[in-house]
Amino acid sequence: MTLVYPVQSLAAHPPRLSPAYKSTVKRSPSKPLIPMRHTLSELTGPVYGHETVRENDHDLTVQGKGEPIGERIIVHGHVLDEDGRGVPNTLVELWQANACGRYVHVVDQHPAPLDPNFTGAGRAQSDAQGYYRFVTIKPGAYPWGNHHNAWRPAHIHFSVFGHSFVSRLVTQMYFPGDPLFPFDPIFNSVTDKARSRMISSFDLENTKPDWALCYRFNIVLRGRNATPMENK
Amino acid sequence: MQQAKPDGVTPSQTVGPYFAYGLTPNGKYDWNDTFSNNLVTADTSGERIRVEGQVFDGDGAVVPDCMLEIWQADAQGRFSDPQDKRALPNSTFKGFGRIGTDAKGGYAFDTIKPGQVADPDGKPQAPHIVLAVFARGMLLHNYSRIYFDGEAANAADPVLALVPADRRATLIATRQPGGNAVYRFDIHLQGDKETVFFDV
Repeated sequence: MTLVYPVQSLAAHPPRLSPAYKSTVKRSPSKPLIPMRHTLSELTGPVYGHETVRENDHDLTVQGKGEPIGERIIVHGHVLDEDGRGVPNTLVELWQANACGRYVHVVDQHPAPLDPNFTGAGRAQSDAQGYYRFVTIKPGAYPWGNHHNAWRPAHIHFSVFGHSFVSRLVTQMYFPGDPLFPFDPIFNSVTDKARSRMISSFDLENTKPDWALCYRFNIVLRGRNATPMENK
Repeated sequence: MQQAKPDGVTPSQTVGPYFAYGLTPNGKYDWNDTFSNNLVTADTSGERIRVEGQVFDGDGAVVPDCMLEIWQADAQGRFSDPQDKRALPNSTFKGFGRIGTDAKGGYAFDTIKPGQVADPDGKPQAPHIVLAVFARGMLLHNYSRIYFDGEAANAADPVLALVPADRRATLIATRQPGGNAVYRFDIHLQGDKETVFFDV
């Protein structure tokens, strides 16, 4: 196996201990992580065929008996690696709150209505070039108790696999111009430079007239070099 | 296809406490399970094992909103991935499992004992399962490994050898008494008994 996933890529990620996000204080490692060389176990990863994605899994507005309440949106983008290569045929999963800012999860007690026609889960596979597309409802902001008057900016959770277990990524897509950005410790756990990569861009070109606004969200996974760097 | 080089990877964020609907419904919600904690099918060859345990935080409190993913080789040490040129294309063993912890922080995977996989120098590693730990309060998932006690190959494993001797036990699942092959593997996110996590 002659692939190398550079560890420098990890600098984009937030520190595990980010005290402003209170739950990290007791859940982040207190001991240094142990560096290791990647073996075949890390360099391989689960591969999923199209059989895992059903016809309507990418369209969260048609999964119920009727149409969900809220602002219908298209979310699409390119799954690529940091060297600019599209990542084809990879599973993209998402989950989100409804238009009122409430999740279907039993633990979510935010006193906002549940929408019987919106469950907030979707799944798609990137195509042969690495492009994916969802139709959904714009999620609402919601309170979360981390600090006084803490509200999460509207966001959609994304889970992506890529081609190895070390390129696994769970992230959140935010919406441009959200007034809650300066106050959110999860969004702000990431460096200034990298933060913008989590914000989707409004896409008028792909907005459907009389139907739905469109947002573009490219997801960049770790790249892989074909030759081990220590051999150069 | 090659595009202009992006300016870096997309940053990681927490799965939050409400990942269950999208990622681990396990019959609780009306959404199909793409993955589960049972990796075994009728055709899978190899020794059936169960790996189970609980997840704890730095206060020793159970973590009920944790998601665990595992990735492993089959009983012959092959991965179900085209990058593993030794893999059998029709292997029924996919090697990937996912579960959310229950109210007591508990989890279990039904799988098979993995075979040995070579390290980058071609030396065999001891049988192991690769583990990724996600949860509310974790902005980036943690990678660990599950080894098996009573395994002679552990003594020569190149990755275990990187771990200080007094912490190695945190990576070794302990065989439980009884006829079935059940291994206990608790995960401590922080503290004195902290599980070893790898920088990969």
